[in-house]
Parts: sequence; structure tokens; C-alpha cells
Amino acid sequence: MPGAIYAEGLVKTFGEVRALDGVDLDVPEGTVLGLLGPNGAGKTTAVRVLTTLLRPDSGRARVAGIDVLKHPNEVRRSIGLSGQFAAVDEYLTGRENLQMVGQLYQMGAKAAKARAGELLDRFNLSDAADRPAKTYSGGMRRRLDLAAALVVRPPVMFMDEPTTGLDPRNRQQLWDVIKELVSGGTTLLLTTQYLEEADNLAHDIAVIDHGRVIERGTSDQLKARTGGERVEVVVQTPEMIEPAAAILHRFSAKGLNKAEATVDRHTRRVTVPVTGGAKLLAEVIRELDTHGIEIDDIGLRRPTLDDVFLALTGHAAEDAPATDAESPAAQRAEEAAK
Amino acid sequence: MTASTESFTHSRAPRPSGGPAQAVRDSLVVAKRNLIRMVRIPEVVIFGLIQPIMFVVLFSYVFGGAIPVPGHPGNDPSVYREYLMAGIFAQTVTFATAGAGAGIADDMHKGLIDRFRSLPMSRGAVLTGRTLADLVQTALTMLVLIVVAVIVGWRIHDGFPRALAGIGLLLLLGYAFSWIGALIGLSVRTPEAATSGGLIWLFPLTFISNAFVPTSNMPAFLRHVADWNPFSATVQAARQLFGNPQGAASNAWPMQHPALASLLWSLLIIAVFRTLAVRKYRSATA
Ligand SMILES: Nc1ncnc2c1ncn2[C@@H]1O[C@H](COP(=O)(O)OP(=O)(O)OP(=O)(O)O)[C@@H](O)[C@H]1O
Ligand SMILES: [Mg+2]
Repeated sequence: MPGAIYAEGLVKTFGEVRALDGVDLDVPEGTVLGLLGPNGAGKTTAVRVLTTLLRPDSGRARVAGIDVLKHPNEVRRSIGLSGQFAAVDEYLTGRENLQMVGQLYQMGAKAAKARAGELLDRFNLSDAADRPAKTYSGGMRRRLDLAAALVVRPPVMFMDEPTTGLDPRNRQQLWDVIKELVSGGTTLLLTTQYLEEADNLAHDIAVIDHGRVIERGTSDQLKARTGGERVEVVVQTPEMIEPAAAILHRFSAKGLNKAEATVDRHTRRVTVPVTGGAKLLAEVIRELDTHGIEIDDIGLRRPTLDDVFLALTGHAAEDAPATDAESPAAQRAEEAAK
Repeated sequence: MTASTESFTHSRAPRPSGGPAQAVRDSLVVAKRNLIRMVRIPEVVIFGLIQPIMFVVLFSYVFGGAIPVPGHPGNDPSVYREYLMAGIFAQTVTFATAGAGAGIADDMHKGLIDRFRSLPMSRGAVLTGRTLADLVQTALTMLVLIVVAVIVGWRIHDGFPRALAGIGLLLLLGYAFSWIGALIGLSVRTPEAATSGGLIWLFPLTFISNAFVPTSNMPAFLRHVADWNPFSATVQAARQLFGNPQGAASNAWPMQHPALASLLWSLLIIAVFRTLAVRKYRSATA
């Protein structure tokens, strides 16, 4: 049975740009999918197609078991959307905004009002509830927009970069809200540029680039595929770098060709890929001690999602150019034009 | 932060009843929202009032004695003043076009249209709500303008019921034009473009008509255009219903049956532009 969010072969072009180039997604009910990808990868476009705002050129999608293209209004009853840019009426108060959204979800006026109060409370907006949203800070608007997505407690939610612009405390609180939602059975598709967020919240991660899903799996699977754990040592003096590297080399991951220790002279850091975890780390410390090598810092490091991201997309999450002339998509477009 | 797991157990939105009842309810919710905005941004309403008042005063006193109304010999300025007023009323109601257009373009720009389009609401409600709110604003503007008109000497001569019918036809024309504005608002990229796009074509439309000067002195071609201009039909109908001087009516059918022509024109404009605007709304992207 397909998941609560299911997409097959979604294609959407804007002129020359293939914003979606055959996207498949499958999010089981009650789980969170983190959609990662550099700027311009197609994340927002995917969200817009799945939330009935945009018709794809081809492909199929079902949300909450309902065909997105055939029964968009049925889908709208079952989803909550918080888009990449907060969509609130600036001249309405926070309360009026939420009440209006509730009524347009076909709730009665009274029920909509009660729900608005609940959500304002929940998102720390009670004090500002009766001020026009124009007077809100960026993070407050963001939270009002998120509250609007939760008005009817929809079974399927879409959040496009929900915590961008939130301070650490409000980000943490939103994460709590999301975890609570999911434990209540909500299915969530979340796009984010904060890889820590995906790590924290998402059961599964899909990395998208140039309109294609280029990798998917759990956070641990993705990290394992990028590379295993490694031991990292910072020695006290530059003279100790060479002997430390020699020792670490002996511990490096077994394989046909033992991996070399990598050395960063500037920070006096020696790194080597290993297998064996904490037990091995203790051995390394003893060995270094025996040889009189004094260390500032030592640790077992696992690849972060940032490492995964960089390895997969070949550029950092934050500063990738949206339309890279040498991107595969652009090349495909050029070839097609010939 | 009050933690209550209860508040997040999920459920679908209530099933939309669909049909006209839901359409009316959704439209009223959106209309209320737009009216709240008008109250909170009163300068829009105030500027909307200043222009027609200026027109009343300028036309009455500057052109007053210079434009003879056929059938009323002598240059009595009070005759032209009565003749003019229906024209100004009609021009004023059509300015709703710019308001509706700018409002909808602004909603697109701010991402609110996306928010609405992701909700299980009736399809035309966002636009209907907007045009209804504009109708309320137009009616208020008309009220103020009528007071000003009475001050400069305008009167009705055939009783209240007929005068109300005349005002009804004027408001209906304004409502019809706000649907043209809605389509413009959905088709342009910025609220500024919607405002000018909603206004530029109103000038030829209102001037090639019987609104400010009698058509009898126009070249034959322009006179035909003026006779069949929806705007002229409403102006002529209002003059008849107010019992104001009408100039020499031409033989063209709309000028012979102005009230019916005005009604038909307005309904036709609503039918055509509402259909186009709602279709555009469904595929609109910011
Ligand atoms: N309405 C549009 N018209 C033209 N091109 C568009 C439109 N919307 C998106 N695109 C293009 O489609 C591609 C994907 O855009 P999208 O907004 O989905 O990226 P994203 O992954 O959400 O990026 P970001 O991380 O910056 O939000 C981009 O190249 C963008 O320029
Ligand atoms: Mg985006």
C-alpha cells in the first residue's frame, strides 16, 4: 500500500528549467520525510505540486490516499501547508488570521475561534494575538503561519523550511510540536536547510538536486554510505604530528589498502578512518600515551549530514547557485536543444 | 506554552457542503477579511473619495455654464450640474476596478492566494469576497458623493423608489467592473501594475460616452461607440430614474431602453469576467 504521501515521476518545467525531473516519493503514514537539497533543487516546487498549488507536466501523486490531480479539493481537506514564505494577512490580527483560516477549512465560527486561541497559546503568540500581524517580527509571522497550517489538525502536513528565521528556543519548541504531531499519527514532509533538523526529526531523508532524488534512506544509512567513523587527534606540538600519524595509521580501517591518515598541519589535526568504535579509541589513547605524545583533543567522529550533503551534491547547502551553467540539468537542456 | 496532546490529535477538516451555501459562506468570510482591512487602512477609502468630490466641484463650476444641454436653451449652469451628476456617479463606481485589481495582485504578491488555494474552500470565494467588499466600499463612497451632489444643487425629481433603482443600476455596474479588475489583478505581477492597468482604459471608456458631454455633437463614429458603451446606458438610465436632464437621446436601442440595456450589460460583464477570473485563479501562481 502506498504511503500517506506518494509521488511517481513528477515532472515540472518552467521554460528552460526542469524544476522537477522525475521525482518519486513515498512517505509511510505517521512518519517524517526530510527533503534536503541545495537552493533551486526543486523542493518548493515539489511541495507546491503535492499541495495542489501547481499542476505537474507529468507524473502522479496521492496524498492521504487521494489523487492530487483528480480530487484536489478532497486533498485540501486533509493537508496543512506552511510555505517557504509566511502567508499571513498583515492587517488582520493573529487571532483573526487563524479564525479566518479555520472558517475556510469549513469549521464553525465558534470552533474556529476556540481553535485560534489554543494555537496562539501553543505558539507563544498570546500576548500579540490581538495586534495586526504587520507589527509582528519575522519569527512571529513564521509561527503564525505554522499555526495556520495546524488549524484543523490535518493528517498530512507540508512544511517548507519551517524553522528558517526562528530563534533557537522557538526552533526547539517547534521541534517539540512536530514530534508531538507525529506521535499522534501525522505524516509530515519537511524541507530544510538545517541538516541537524533533518537528523533530529526525519525518519527518512531524500536528497534532491536538479529536480531529481539522488539519494534516500535514514540519516544513519546516508552517513554510513558517505563513509564510516574516524578517529581525530589534535596533538600539542607540530613535532608530534608525524609520530601520531604513524601510530594512527596502524589502527586505520582494515581493507585491501589501508587508508592513509590525513594531516592538517595548521590545526595539528590527524584523522584516520577506523572501525571498532569506542574500544578502539581507548587503545589509541593508550598507544599515544605510551609513546609520550601529548594531545589537546581526541575523538571518534561520525560523518554529519553536512558531510553527506557535500559529498552528494558536490556543493554546500547554503551557497549553491540556483542555475549552475555546468549543472547536469543545464547540460541536458543544452543537449536537448541541439 | 500549554502542552496539551489533545490539541494535536489529527482529523480531517469537516466535509465541505459544496454547492452554493458553501460558496456564499466562504465568500462572506473573505469579504469580512477585506472589510477589516479597509477599516484598518482608511487612507485607501479616503483617497477614493477625494477624486470624485474634486470632479463634482471642478466640472460643476468650471464647465458648468459652458456646456449647453440639448433641450435646455440658455446657459443655466444648474442644468448642466444636474446633467453631470449621473456621469460622475457612474465614473466613481467604475473606479472599483482598480481597487479590486490592486487588492488581488497584492494578495498574490504576499502569498495569500497560495494559502487560500491550499484550503478546501469554494473556488470563486476569494474573488467574490473581494468584489463584495469593494461593493460595500463603493456604496459608502456613493453615499458621501450624493451628499456633496445635493450641496452643489443636484436633486431627484421622480421620487425615491425610482432614484433607488438608479443607484442600484450604478452599483451593479461598479460590481461588474470589479470583476474586470479581479481578472487584471490575477494577470499582472504587481499591485502597482494592477492599479494603473485598472485605470488607463477607464478614461477613454468614460469620456467616449454621454457622461460629461451630450453625444449629439460627437462625430458620427464616436457617437456610435458612445451610444453602445455600457457606461452610457447606465448613465442614461440613472438620469431617467433621477428625473435629471437627459440631453437629446439618440435612436440607438440602448439609448431608447437605457435601464434594460444597463442591466443586461452589467450581467453580461459579470458572466464573462467572473468566468475568466475564476479560471485564472485556479491556475494562478505568484
Ligand atoms: N514560477 C516559476 N517560474 C520560473 N521558474 C521557477 C518558478 N518556480 C521555481 N522555478 C525554478 O525552478 C527551480 C526549482 O525551484 P524551487 O523553488 O523548487 O527550489 P528550492 O529547492 O525550493 O530552493 P530553495 O532552497 O532556494 O528554496 C529553480 O531553478 C527555480 O528558479
Ligand atoms: Mg524553496
